[in-house]
Amino acid sequence: MHGYAGRILHIDLTTGKTHVEPLNEEYAKKYIGGIGLGMRLWLDHSKQGVDPFSPDNPLILTTGPISGSVWPTGGNGHAFVSKSPQSYGVGEAKSHGSFGTELKRAGYDGVILKGKAEKPVYLWIDDDTVELLDASNLWGKSPSDTEDAIKEELGDYYIRVAAIGPAGEKLVRIACIINDKTRAAGRTGMGAVMGSKNLKAIAIRGTLDITVAKPEEFMEYVKEFHERMKGPATQKYKMLGTSENVLVHNALHCMPTRNYNNATFESAEKVSGETLNEKFVVKIIGCSSCAMRCEHVCFVGEGPYKGTMTRMEYEPLWAMGPYCGVDRLDAIIKGMDLANYYGVDAISVGVIVGFAMDCYENGILTEKDTDGIDARFGNYEAMVKLVEKIGKREGIGDILAEGVKVASEKIGKGSEKLAQHIKGVEVTGYDLRCLKTAALGFAVSFRGADHNRHGAYAFDVKGKVNRLKAEKGRGKMVKDMEDLYNLIDSFFVCKFSRGTYYKELEDMTKLYNLVTGFDLKPEELKLAGERINNLARLFNIREGLGRKDDTLPYKVMHQPITDEGPSKGAYVTQEELDLLLDDYYEARGWTKKGIPTVEKLKELGMDDLVHIVKE
Amino acid sequence: MVKMHKRKFVSVDPDKCVGCQVCEYICSYEKEKAFNPMKSRIRVVRLNPLVNVSIACRLCEDPPCVAACPRDALTQSEETGLIIVDKDKCNGCGWCIEACDYGAIMLHPENKVVYVCDLCKEKGEPQCVKWCPEEALDLVTSDVIAQKARIKATKKLFQETVKETKKQP
Repeated sequence: MHGYAGRILHIDLTTGKTHVEPLNEEYAKKYIGGIGLGMRLWLDHSKQGVDPFSPDNPLILTTGPISGSVWPTGGNGHAFVSKSPQSYGVGEAKSHGSFGTELKRAGYDGVILKGKAEKPVYLWIDDDTVELLDASNLWGKSPSDTEDAIKEELGDYYIRVAAIGPAGEKLVRIACIINDKTRAAGRTGMGAVMGSKNLKAIAIRGTLDITVAKPEEFMEYVKEFHERMKGPATQKYKMLGTSENVLVHNALHCMPTRNYNNATFESAEKVSGETLNEKFVVKIIGCSSCAMRCEHVCFVGEGPYKGTMTRMEYEPLWAMGPYCGVDRLDAIIKGMDLANYYGVDAISVGVIVGFAMDCYENGILTEKDTDGIDARFGNYEAMVKLVEKIGKREGIGDILAEGVKVASEKIGKGSEKLAQHIKGVEVTGYDLRCLKTAALGFAVSFRGADHNRHGAYAFDVKGKVNRLKAEKGRGKMVKDMEDLYNLIDSFFVCKFSRGTYYKELEDMTKLYNLVTGFDLKPEELKLAGERINNLARLFNIREGLGRKDDTLPYKVMHQPITDEGPSKGAYVTQEELDLLLDDYYEARGWTKKGIPTVEKLKELGMDDLVHIVKE
Repeated sequence: MVKMHKRKFVSVDPDKCVGCQVCEYICSYEKEKAFNPMKSRIRVVRLNPLVNVSIACRLCEDPPCVAACPRDALTQSEETGLIIVDKDKCNGCGWCIEACDYGAIMLHPENKVVYVCDLCKEKGEPQCVKWCPEEALDLVTSDVIAQKARIKATKKLFQETVKETKKQP
């Protein structure tokens, strides 16, 4: 088999036993790899209603068929899939760098981790030699320090490591898993699941050759994509980076500010991508096999956070900046660095701090509750301190570490109305009140509030639709984007490269066939994208989620935008949301309750999962 | 008679290198028809996010690897400066690997003899240089490297003057 390693590694952390099983070739074709294959493996290896922190909740690590090849941006991704301790439904997060490629070269398409180690361990995969090694000396270390320590211990600089930080150890629900120092499988709390298993890190050395089915044509295609990546489709990522969004969103009044109290930030210029690049970006680096480098490395040269160096993107910048009313980039960079140090999702942690500040301004939390921190919006020192407290589960951080949903339930006093999340997962940097295609995409996203499951904001932001209007037709737009994004996350190519696939499905099909030697048609691949979305839906339905959870945060539906300007008065009513959901479910061939019909599942060749909708 | 240096080798510009490893993949594909950095003649080092370089054989004027080989398995081509490995003589002892200050000669994971960059001589040009998406790699003589450094330093020293010159019609 080309593209696929053809093997799945099973690990029981309780007993320490491991074994290898062949990859089911039908699964490969149906679910491709990445999140598709991961969610299928999770469903097969878990029981309904399993607690996310139970040893019986499997944590799945996968690569995709393109991983390990020189395909630009395609060689390097990996995904973690499990039941999320935030949404209690699909948990999935991807990361790039050079970790996924190593797993493929070690000879695995996926790893299924079950059970719980008695004491802290790390997993060492050295091709066919798989061991659980003592991690007691690594406990408490940051992912970056853990990576260094493991390389030192095993004596090989080229070993690749993915690790959790102190937050994952302490079951902080927004904990992430970080590889290559600054690259995070960030969302939905996968690091907390890993921590619940007493698993500190996964270290891999892979020495096998990766070959593709049709090497000469493949290399021609690689060359063509190298050229495409020099063009306009990747300019944004190569130049200013995603932080370019700050001024774009601000101008459209669609940048949630101060926990959704505003949709525009008066100090946007101070925290813009332009300012970031001018004053802080010192180098732009790339992942393994990439041809369009995007990782903007920032360095703080002076002031209270002097010496801090980390990567920066729009989302964490927005979350710890405008969303908290903070207008200092050096503090935002420090916050990002701390998020990486403790190992928490930098988006969610910023949104949680914004939530805490809103509670503070409304008298729901007082200085007594915040351990003396003056948590007003805009207090950059408070933001940095709160990120640290959440990472450590210290003081107020212990409650906030539960995420805004659970934290607000514990705090009470109306704080639920300030908790901006969907399915328990914190919102991201798009004001859903005035981006109504995005609002639908966020509401139905199978991993909770997220822009990366559909990219539906693009229709709104680029003016392809009336962004303030909810109307029929948006359902199909979101569906098509979701299905494409599912493929991107299952092949493993980088979303930043999506613009270089000029013919989208046709280009992706060609790539898939050149690598695997299969003879898939674009329509079949399209169906695979749709199948993966239905699979995710089945995952969520089995775990008790449904239409009631396809909803929007309180403020999005009850607090119209007040800023003078293009978005003033905008919000999403229940009627609008219902209209959008009905339209989307219809486009998907689901019932009004949002459940895939038996006919739809059979059409997608998912007969073996029909029992989930019948129960 | 004084001559310009003729030996060309693959050199990296650390300011341009982003650590993407495309050179490693291309090298292993070119030489071994497989994607596998462990079989690449050029290797990437990322010390921290700011320090990225790819390293290949520099075709030293007085190559220590050749001097270190107790079995005379290594020779240097007088014409091109390439290090030539006699696979029959090499027994994989690794003295040359220890002798090389740059880690540019390595033991092949399967053949168990050492291997080193040969500038893709069959292809006429090093494929890593051709494929590097950042144009960070170059095939140069030491004279050209020195020239480049001088020009870069001068541009930095006279930034304002250069800007003024550009403004003139």
